[in-house]
Amino acid sequence: MGISVEGANKRFGDFQALDDVSIEVPDGSLTALLGPSGSGKSTLLRAIAGLEDLDSGLVTINGENATGKPAQKRGVGFVFQHYAAFKHMTVYDNVAFGLKIRKWDKAKTSARVHELLELVQLDGLAGRFPSQLSGGQRQRMALARALAVEPKVLLLDEPFGALDAKVRKDLRTWLRNLHEEMHVTTIFVTHDQEEAMDVAGQLVVMNEGRVEQSGTADELYEHPANEFVMSFVGEVNRLGDHFVRPHDMEVVLDADERTQEGLVQRIVTLGFEVRVELVLSDGTEVWAQLTRAELQRLELREGQIAYLRPAQAKSFNGSSPSIPDGASTPLGSRDGGDAGLPAAV
Amino acid sequence: MNASLPSRWGLRFLGLGYLTMLLLIPLVMIFYKTFEDGIKPPLDAITSPDGLHALKLSVLMVVIAVPLNTIFGIGCALLLVRRKSKVNPVIDAVINLPFAVSPVVIGLSLYILYGVGGWFAFISEEGFKILFAVPGMVLASIFVSLPFVVRETVPVLQEIGTDQEQAASTLGANGWQTFRKITLPSIRWGVAYGVVLSTARVLGEFGAVTIVSGSINGQTQTLPLFVEKQYANFNSTGAYGASLVLALLALLTLLAMNLLKRKEDA
Repeated sequence: MGISVEGANKRFGDFQALDDVSIEVPDGSLTALLGPSGSGKSTLLRAIAGLEDLDSGLVTINGENATGKPAQKRGVGFVFQHYAAFKHMTVYDNVAFGLKIRKWDKAKTSARVHELLELVQLDGLAGRFPSQLSGGQRQRMALARALAVEPKVLLLDEPFGALDAKVRKDLRTWLRNLHEEMHVTTIFVTHDQEEAMDVAGQLVVMNEGRVEQSGTADELYEHPANEFVMSFVGEVNRLGDHFVRPHDMEVVLDADERTQEGLVQRIVTLGFEVRVELVLSDGTEVWAQLTRAELQRLELREGQIAYLRPAQAKSFNGSSPSIPDGASTPLGSRDGGDAGLPAAV
Repeated sequence: MNASLPSRWGLRFLGLGYLTMLLLIPLVMIFYKTFEDGIKPPLDAITSPDGLHALKLSVLMVVIAVPLNTIFGIGCALLLVRRKSKVNPVIDAVINLPFAVSPVVIGLSLYILYGVGGWFAFISEEGFKILFAVPGMVLASIFVSLPFVVRETVPVLQEIGTDQEQAASTLGANGWQTFRKITLPSIRWGVAYGVVLSTARVLGEFGAVTIVSGSINGQTQTLPLFVEKQYANFNSTGAYGASLVLALLALLTLLAMNLLKRKEDA
């Protein structure tokens, strides 16, 4: 059940948009397709919806082979980044569209539309036209429109991409709550890793038309399969062959055999979090994430020398990038030959 | 622009003067000349059997040619915008032909094609008259006004994009339902604008229709042909009267066009 895609390939001219992609989306789950632009995530979503034909591969929706079926027969709800509101129709008629196509009678349609408008908190605006709504309201209308026909699955293509930061955050929470209420299998596409981790239970990271890794937010963050996932899901510093999360960069004032010297270039206070940017003796630029209290204790100043002690680093050298458990080694216990950090200067 | 007051007024005067000399005075002269001897002579000319027939025939041209061009125009615009193909630039160029070719040449080409010895002469030989009859005039009218609906619809289709149509299809609408409920309402002002322009063009067409119709009094005369015949026969009042009717029809279409433009901007 749920959605499954097997061996999907799609080429646009010279560009390989999907390269043998397979994913499994469990029934009732909320899954994010995460990746940079051009990674194939939207193409994959559109292929599931039937808005894009695959060159090869299988799409199964709720156990039923949907490959080659036209979009109108797949029973999916689709929400577009730029709302795709029917501009010449009122909010009511937008939401009622799918029901009118299905020839519902008037009373039933009206009841259903109002029920949905209430759900998306637009009940007072049924008579308005999309041009009279804000971006967030338009997207909620689009969501109500997609949900009206009781789709088997709900697909959202960068649904909050065109909205400002505040509205985006509100809608994120709201979508999560909505999913908890409705339990319809949902896939949403985003390039924003914070958004993906905030909303989705399950993440699929894509890059250059391939799936790099899938799993829960914790799994991806703690055990990234490769360099790409590590740097795309969360922030990362690169020290030679090693990757260190900024919050794993300990800043100390005294050197020892495990530290590296760095010049403090900039200190940026972002509320509770403090971003300390340093340049190492070999020219590498890194940053460490500290708390306000830590900064005050260290009395760090821009232009001074400090020492970095990476608490935990990862290397993907020599190990197959598809092994999710990677080569995670606490640097303190130097067992094995893995923790070859550049020597302290 | 930081032009001084005199030069600004000078420019306005020049512009208005130019328009007055070239457009307004000639049209006012028609109006003046028509009613020089009162309302009766022009009215008689227009309500003469030949005059009325010409008016009817002109309207008939519009009623046949414009809907056909509208259907073809929408279909063609959809093809050009929604179905990417290597032949599209060729289609695009061919559609512009009526803009580029002189109407007289269009008339002549139809004459050669359907006249004695032409490729399609057999149709007339079978008893369905094309030249010097209404069918030939319809063909000429369609030819000269073909590009308008396409040209006005293509940019609107490009602008609305495919999101709304795709949304409709995910909601269960088939191709026809999507076209009727989403695409057509979205492009309606562009199409209407093209319809108005086509109408004006068909009403005013002279060159192509003259050649294929033979301009037979009371049979194959549209209003512009009637005007020319009256004038050639030294019945200036009749010519002016019919011209005035044409001018009024043109004004009506212009008015419709302006109303549509305002609606489009709103």
